[in-house]
Amino acid sequence: MTAATTTKQASNKTNLSGGWPVAFWFLLPSLIGFTLFFFVPTLRGFYLSFTDWNLLGNEGEFIGLENYRTLAGDDNFYDSMLTTLWYVVLNIGSQTILAIMIAVMMDRLTKSTTIRSILLLPWLMPNVVVALLWLWMLDGNFGVVNAFIDWLPLGGLFGDGPFRFFQDVGKVIPAIAAINTWKFTGYTALLIFAGLQTIPKSVYEAGAMDGATELQMFRNITLPLMRPVLALVLVLTIVGSFQVFDIVQVATGGFGGQPGGPVNASRVIYLYIFQNAINFNDLGYAAAISVVLVIILLGVTALQMRLLRAGESDLA
Amino acid sequence: MRNKTLRLFAALLALAMVAAACGGGDDDGGGSASGEAPSFDEAVAIDYWLWDANQQPFYEQCAADFTANVQPNISVTIEQFGWGDYWTGLTAAFASDSAPDVFTDHLARYPEFVESGVLVSLNDLVDRDGVDVDQYFPGLAELWTSPDGDRFGLPKDFDTIAMVLNEDMLADAGITVEEFASAEWNPDDGGTWGELIQRLTIDANGVRGNEDGFDSSNVAVYGFGLEGAFGAFGQTTFSSFAASNGYVATDEPWANEANFGDEELAETIQFFADWIAAGYVTPIEDVESLGGTTIFQEGGAATQTNGSWMISTLSGDATTVPVAYAPLPVGPIGERRSMFNGLADSITTSAENPDAAWEWVKYMASPACQEVVGEGAVVFPAIPSAAEVAQEAHTANGVDVSAFTVHVDDGTTFLFPINDSASRVEDAVGPVMQQILRGEGSAADLLPAAAEEVNSILGG
Repeated sequence: MTAATTTKQASNKTNLSGGWPVAFWFLLPSLIGFTLFFFVPTLRGFYLSFTDWNLLGNEGEFIGLENYRTLAGDDNFYDSMLTTLWYVVLNIGSQTILAIMIAVMMDRLTKSTTIRSILLLPWLMPNVVVALLWLWMLDGNFGVVNAFIDWLPLGGLFGDGPFRFFQDVGKVIPAIAAINTWKFTGYTALLIFAGLQTIPKSVYEAGAMDGATELQMFRNITLPLMRPVLALVLVLTIVGSFQVFDIVQVATGGFGGQPGGPVNASRVIYLYIFQNAINFNDLGYAAAISVVLVIILLGVTALQMRLLRAGESDLA
Repeated sequence: MRNKTLRLFAALLALAMVAAACGGGDDDGGGSASGEAPSFDEAVAIDYWLWDANQQPFYEQCAADFTANVQPNISVTIEQFGWGDYWTGLTAAFASDSAPDVFTDHLARYPEFVESGVLVSLNDLVDRDGVDVDQYFPGLAELWTSPDGDRFGLPKDFDTIAMVLNEDMLADAGITVEEFASAEWNPDDGGTWGELIQRLTIDANGVRGNEDGFDSSNVAVYGFGLEGAFGAFGQTTFSSFAASNGYVATDEPWANEANFGDEELAETIQFFADWIAAGYVTPIEDVESLGGTTIFQEGGAATQTNGSWMISTLSGDATTVPVAYAPLPVGPIGERRSMFNGLADSITTSAENPDAAWEWVKYMASPACQEVVGEGAVVFPAIPSAAEVAQEAHTANGVDVSAFTVHVDDGTTFLFPINDSASRVEDAVGPVMQQILRGEGSAADLLPAAAEEVNSILGG
């Protein structure tokens, strides 16, 4: 992919043929990494999906499409895909809206690098630490969040507490989505902010001259012009969101729970893959689910690129 | 020019793939156990894993004795991992060919290891050295024999279940330990056991569960605390009650079907769901978030059921709750029932020197080591004489553990329902149990469907 893109650019623009040997040596380290840790494992994973590979015994036989046939009739698979989808909708929805708001505010109001750094803090924390932190904070018995909700003068607006976020079938996915929104909003906002920087300030000046309000400028200038950036950001965050795993594994496992619980309400697709591979030793089936997931993600990404016309900019 | 570069790329790619393919090849690791007598002229290092930190010091002692007195050329390194990390760590270790030579094995897990072919059969070694497998409590050694007749572990200890009682709370309610010891339970109204539990329950206003005006939505102390989420087999939770109601999980070890659809099980699970709703038993949400033993030790529940391996934790110096033990209640079948479970040590096919590993396993399964472990008063060793040592050590600590041993003495035990797909069965039944205990469906409706799924797993 890297090679292909470079080739295309080289032929389109100036003739860089003299620089190719140099470029090759610069690309070599990442090419080795790509091949060893990505390309070969991907091929191997694809091969494993046609076997009944046993993780413990480290052996298996070729069984053709058997895994895929099982998968087609596996209710747990559809169930965990739906769970994942629900999570993605909640997470990407809230995260993108918040990130756009923060990015626009940063762009229009402040240029402080301190604030930008603070925004990144949650993103810098390891996932397991985040999960443990929120596990304690959201706990129904001694969690600070419940104490805070009690203290708020809501008058039982959301029903009677305490709220057991990780033990309640209806609340567990929204809770996890909210945690990841908290973690990734700052990072997403910075990506969008970088894109906003490419919008010429003269457009805003012209808007201001015509008497447009901030809100009108946001709708008619900012949103349309940042579409290509937003498309990129959405592709990155949605693919990342589908891969949610560690927070679920740690936070829903908790102290006495079952990862993916309660009642499988938070068994996202990555957790299901993990269970099949590690708990059931069925590496072949886990690989088959992974292959299907890759195909689904490719489809989602292609659809997004097309719908958001990611390749073209209204600026040109 | 470009073509040449592309060719170079392709060549490099191919090279990298070949290299990776070579690196990924398996080596068989370790030979099979041969019939020759072992000789250890050179130093051998054995890697041994266990999960119980409380037992580690005593096995360290065993290992030191073993090297000093039995096999000077074999040294044992013990590694301890918490229960949760232990099994994922072991799986990862097997997959990466870095598994320990010997590890503490569990009845729920070993059939899956056997199926994957990573455990060494001990038959020839047991025969060669004439190890007496009848020296253990009856039934313990047979638990580790597969339907093919292969033995995959030598017993190290056993465990049973008993009622754990908060003495202060009992005294406040005017209840004696003897009343619990003679209590009867049934799934309809809880029996005399249920009455005791109701009396021990106190709501936020100080009203007891058996008094008028008891507020089930605002309970301060629950009469009975669940030890944990139920799962499929409920070793420390529902299994004793269900078994004393006549439930048998599988008709035989390694069975191809289980009885999760049985009425006796549904009645038992429904009893606990109803009693959670009535405010006498800890809500499953609290148990999942805090852990049942934590709730008990913090005074949130007056009683619980727990395993004998927890005695040193429950009665240890670190606890503030004064604890007494009582045998489990007598159920509708007219007897009490406790799961009788045991651990064993297994040798992995990754062991570089299976003969040396066997020497260590044999030593751990012998009176010499089991008496050392017994003196530690953490678990009951599998050899009766060593178990007596443990019981005396407990008595010397001022702890009466007869509530646990009475099940063995009276023969009121049942064995763990060994099956070859315990993880999948757990995964099929566990969530259904969570659903029932949350009051989101009745046991009679939900368990039969789970039973069908389990039977298709076991039969398949």
